[in-house]
Amino acid sequence: MQQQTTVNAPDGIYLDNNATTRVAPAVVQAMLPYFTELFGNPSSMHSFASGVGKAVQQAREQVQALLGAAYDTEIIFTSCGTEADSTAILSALRANPDRNEIITTAVEHPAILALCEQLEKEGYKVHRLPVDGQGRLDLDAYASLLSPRIAVVSVMWANNETGTLFPVEEMARMAHEAGVLFHTDAVQAAGKVAIDLKRSAIDMLSLSGHKLHGPKGIGVLYLRRGTRFRPLLRGGHQERGRRAGTENTAAIAGLGKAAELALKNLQADGARMAALRDRLEAGVLAAVPHAFVTGDPANRLPNTANIAFEYVEGEAILMLLNRAGIAASSGSACTSGSLEPSHVMRAMSIPDTAAHGSTRFSLSRETTAEEIERVIAAVPPIIARLRELSPYWSEGAPVADPQQAFAPVYA
Amino acid sequence: MWEYSEKVKELFFDPKNAKAVADANAVGDVGSISCGDALRLTLKVNPETEVIEDAGFQTFGCGSAIASSSALTELIKGKTLDQALKVTNQDIADYLDGLPPEKMHCSVMGQEALQAAVANYRGEEWRDDHEEGALVCKCFAVDAVLIEQTIRANNLETVEQVSHYTKAGGSCAACHEGIEEILGKVLAEKGQSVSVADSAEPGATGNRALIQRVQTILKVFDDVRPQLKADGGDIELVEVREEKVFVRLEGACSGCQMAGATLGWVQQRLTETLGEFIRLIPVNGDNQPLGGRA
Ligand SMILES: Cc1ncc(COP(=O)(O)O)c(C=O)c1O
Repeated sequence: MQQQTTVNAPDGIYLDNNATTRVAPAVVQAMLPYFTELFGNPSSMHSFASGVGKAVQQAREQVQALLGAAYDTEIIFTSCGTEADSTAILSALRANPDRNEIITTAVEHPAILALCEQLEKEGYKVHRLPVDGQGRLDLDAYASLLSPRIAVVSVMWANNETGTLFPVEEMARMAHEAGVLFHTDAVQAAGKVAIDLKRSAIDMLSLSGHKLHGPKGIGVLYLRRGTRFRPLLRGGHQERGRRAGTENTAAIAGLGKAAELALKNLQADGARMAALRDRLEAGVLAAVPHAFVTGDPANRLPNTANIAFEYVEGEAILMLLNRAGIAASSGSACTSGSLEPSHVMRAMSIPDTAAHGSTRFSLSRETTAEEIERVIAAVPPIIARLRELSPYWSEGAPVADPQQAFAPVYA
Repeated sequence: MWEYSEKVKELFFDPKNAKAVADANAVGDVGSISCGDALRLTLKVNPETEVIEDAGFQTFGCGSAIASSSALTELIKGKTLDQALKVTNQDIADYLDGLPPEKMHCSVMGQEALQAAVANYRGEEWRDDHEEGALVCKCFAVDAVLIEQTIRANNLETVEQVSHYTKAGGSCAACHEGIEEILGKVLAEKGQSVSVADSAEPGATGNRALIQRVQTILKVFDDVRPQLKADGGDIELVEVREEKVFVRLEGACSGCQMAGATLGWVQQRLTETLGEFIRLIPVNGDNQPLGGRA
């Protein structure tokens, strides 16, 4: 007898869409045939393969449309956003052996930062642009670093923790004027902000399926036609020899559908999410003292609210939120297994008193106004409760000078 | 997502003794807000009997920090100071039905707060020998300074030794590369490099036995090599460490679906020839498990 396992989705309010999103039902439908009926290898020469190649081609065009790319051949399917990031940077280095410096920012995703750290050990020089208190870059400082020694600039389009947008189109133009390749990690931006690559100077761009209601384990590297390229994976001739490995056809079909849906709803979803996000921030800040929004409110994704709660620790917040049926995430050290608060909060010089309590609520097009009202009601008592437990808090306010009043023998 | 025990959750959601004891005569503060966790322990100690009559905690920190603090207060109430000082961080973790390895430092913080409070009561100065450096081992919260000091003080030469002395790298192994870097730095000052195997036990017998074993292993490899070559592959010995034999598979063997089967077969031959259980572990290219530098 076959065992039937039923998996029940936890019910509750999902505000962790920057971590990953639910695969849209239409996307699941688009994927299913490629597991069973249309399972052939698109490279094969028989009827099991016919139709599969066409599906890959259709998905390529759907992604092309989302990105506003000039040619469908500029779309290379990869196994994830991280692979697209690694491919872009390593390709730029190998294709420009006479250049051994990289410009990036202090607030990139680990997919870029950890790679850069490793490259540094191998002898490359990495410039990490700092950000100000609101997470913004200094473009003059950037301009002064552009030189013929730079092999590639890699700057994220939108920050995953705060949603802050960087002026990547302008930065790409500046790079081009200096004759330098420009890559952007648009994993958080794709599907949430309008992108029109044919009218930009961006040479390479990464995106990831699972951030836009597509499946996990599929990504895209956009590679502008004419850009010198060295593949990361060599082998078969898939993706025109630029990414060997049999195509993940089901995931590619799913990503194509997800891209189509994202493009169709971009304007309407964005406006709706931004309104809900603003309501969430206003509601929470009105009820919770000693809390503030991090990042650049004037330039950010419509779906991301990152609120720093002072004198409380993020993991404890998440556990209590989870018990109240609300899923969010935190820049707190404890949630990641490291003991240091998020590098993004650090880079913005958010004081330790607040960085550990930074909490990210990331919405999706599925988020409802009713859910937001429930979160607004749930958060204030949670914060109040944890503050009551804290040695840094007494009688409804932080103790006069927390660092003084609390006097450990060592710190 | 941490898998906390029910006990941790219970004491986090509904902590006992979450308060500042009003007429406390012993206070212990440890941690700081910049570390991400801080604990103030307040005790009411009977001056005649030294019995802890009441204990309260105030904690800034994650779920397990709050639960550990609460567990500590439950464990020490009613004990004399001397009895209480025997409570170890492991007792705190046991009371909580265990903590994830990455969270063990929360229980350490509880034990330190108690020591600080007792010192405060007795008018002594409590000093922690804690010196802060960049955190290397996140599982056991061991920093670079401690690792470097321990390497120097004990003339350590391998990652495994460092794990034994400091616990660093003993759990998830993610920091082995970082430990190797520190080792490399210290050893370089002495003109050495990180050695592949554990420094062999002194004593010629140990060495001779090792050499014999390696020769036997190489002989087995020579025996199987023609078969591997027939499939376009090869095998090379990288390192021998107790029952573990690290090898590099080359050519068609590496990464091919047959690699697992090949390994099983060679492992069987080795086990039979040496008369002891052998584990054959592939290392490929520059990807070195267990800190071995091939
Ligand atoms: C900005 C950014 N870049 C890269 C990634 C990695 O994408 P993937 O999980 O597909 O490898 C993520 C997602 O976690 C991200 O937020």
